[in-house]
Amino acid sequence: MKQFLSFVKKEFFHVFRDKKSLLMLFGMPIVQILLFGFALTNEIKNAKIVICDYSNDAATQQIINKLEASKSFEVQRVVSDHFQIENSFKSGDIKLVIIFPENFNRDLLHLNSAQVQIIADASDPNAANTLTGYATNIIRSYQQELRSNSSAPIQIVPEVRMLYNPQLKGATNFVPGVMALVLMLVCVLMTSVSIVREKERGTMEVLLVSPINPVLVIIAKAIPYLLLSVINLVVIILMSVTLLDMPVNGNIVLLFVESILFIITALALGLLISNSVESQQSAMLISMMGMLVPTMLFTGFMFPIENMPVALQLISNIIPAKWYYIIVKSIMIKGLGLASVWKETLILTIMAAVILVISFKKFKIRLE
Amino acid sequence: MADVVLNNIVKTYNKGEVKAVNDVSFEVRKGELFGLIGADGAGKTSIFRILTTLLLPDSGTAYVDGCDVVKDYKTIRKKVGYMPGKFSLYQDLSVEENLHFFATVFDTTVAENYDLIKDIYVQLEPFKTRRAGKLSGGMKQKLALCCALIHRPNVLFLDEPTTGVDVVSRKEFWEMLKGLKQQGITILVSTPYMDEATLCERIALIQSGSMMMIDTPDQIIKKFPDKLYAVKANNMIRLQTELRNNSQIKSCYSFGDYHHITMENEQLTIDNLRASLQNEGLYNLEVKEITPTIEDCFMSLMNR
Repeated sequence: MKQFLSFVKKEFFHVFRDKKSLLMLFGMPIVQILLFGFALTNEIKNAKIVICDYSNDAATQQIINKLEASKSFEVQRVVSDHFQIENSFKSGDIKLVIIFPENFNRDLLHLNSAQVQIIADASDPNAANTLTGYATNIIRSYQQELRSNSSAPIQIVPEVRMLYNPQLKGATNFVPGVMALVLMLVCVLMTSVSIVREKERGTMEVLLVSPINPVLVIIAKAIPYLLLSVINLVVIILMSVTLLDMPVNGNIVLLFVESILFIITALALGLLISNSVESQQSAMLISMMGMLVPTMLFTGFMFPIENMPVALQLISNIIPAKWYYIIVKSIMIKGLGLASVWKETLILTIMAAVILVISFKKFKIRLE
Repeated sequence: MADVVLNNIVKTYNKGEVKAVNDVSFEVRKGELFGLIGADGAGKTSIFRILTTLLLPDSGTAYVDGCDVVKDYKTIRKKVGYMPGKFSLYQDLSVEENLHFFATVFDTTVAENYDLIKDIYVQLEPFKTRRAGKLSGGMKQKLALCCALIHRPNVLFLDEPTTGVDVVSRKEFWEMLKGLKQQGITILVSTPYMDEATLCERIALIQSGSMMMIDTPDQIIKKFPDKLYAVKANNMIRLQTELRNNSQIKSCYSFGDYHHITMENEQLTIDNLRASLQNEGLYNLEVKEITPTIEDCFMSLMNR
């Protein structure tokens, strides 16, 4: 036991004295959360729009006010000349133009119908799609207000509701993915380098010629990273909740238990890599290429797995992050309990156990 | 039984392509300071790794302190001290931390065996909070020796402990080994430096994985088969060419200021040689008979 503790202590020294990896350990999750949370969302904020108002009456004013109030839009200017429209698009920063024809309010009151034209810069089709959706929503909501105040015949308007993510917030989708990605990367990368480093520096040679039990060496290597990963997890959850308005609808204890299970799986993977390769470089390469890319591709937070060919869907099943992603989404967003995620939990547990056993077996008690 | 025994050990790499150790057998007696002398790549490290249970021999048997290196590897790992050729301590840990770590790994404490390392450790003490990676070469070796000794091993394996260390530190290091020998520890040390051979009680000369001779340094020198002469002249390069072209000269090696030569037969006298060299235009000639060194013996054995 004393041997083990002094080993763990030594591992902590290694971690804390290696400023570069420490920076990576704690910097990476923060950067990734900020990156994915703010920069890489498909949600659009403050899109610059131009309004071309030929009518300039009460109704158009109210709609413009609503557009201005929305976080999605920033009304750049209101013009009354459609020649300026094309110029606005060409200048590049205008994403959308809304044109109200003449007599907009009158048509609306007398004919119960009015037209509005929305022109989007579709050079980025996704953004155009999203923005026209936002604009249509705002106009439709005005229309509904109007209808509830009048005695005009009520038309049935199709109501679209987005379950779990009514505002189509990006964060809800990204945070569980980033959690999986960060934990995977930190744990696998750091641990995979740690044993190989001892091999490279020759310290493994000295350790082998000692009575220390190889299993202790392996576990001692993983413990600091387990603790640091839990700290990372706390940081990620705190940041998501405070900065990204991410809900934690389910049981937070369950979330942590599941996360630790995932961390252990990732650590085991790191140890397995470490026990199988001969240099820090190949360990890093394997962890980056072998873990980062599949985790990004097959977890489902960037590209929906349902849309992939069957072969790739099958491959995605062996990616631990996929199961963890499902678990986190279920707990954090849907607020479900263990009863709903027991299958995924079981799969992760089996993965962790199998990988751990293999990496123990792969530990070489001699130099070749 | 001797502390270290090797019987016909063979070790190859790359599926038999490279023969690193070729049918090596020798014994190291209890409490002996035994030297393995050979150039780089002679197979010294492979022998050390087999004895420290880090490598499995292809064939042959070896015992350390009565234990089989293959079957009883766990027991051996408890009672030997090993210092690899490459500095193998934690560079990012301080002197003290390294020492305490290795003490706990061997389930002991620094205090328990402090008397054994005291003489060495006092020299390190001023730097005890310094990171091991920042120590000088000589200091690193001393720390490594302390760490290898901290559990009071029965047998100490030192693989090229003085390679890359300055002359003064090398001398100090050998003094330390003598001190340890007095404590009853069996020491097997390897070195590529021939001048260190005489500091061992017995040595084994090894070349290309094979043992050339095992004996005390004195005996090895006595067994030198020929008379050895040292020759010097104004132009050493020309002198060497002349000597090597002379069919009556058996061997000629350059040793510092002199060329060491042996003669094919005793008919060629010093005077004859001197005369023939003078005919070639060499002057300031100096020819004298000398006692061979271990290096001379090594060279002559190598060419047999």
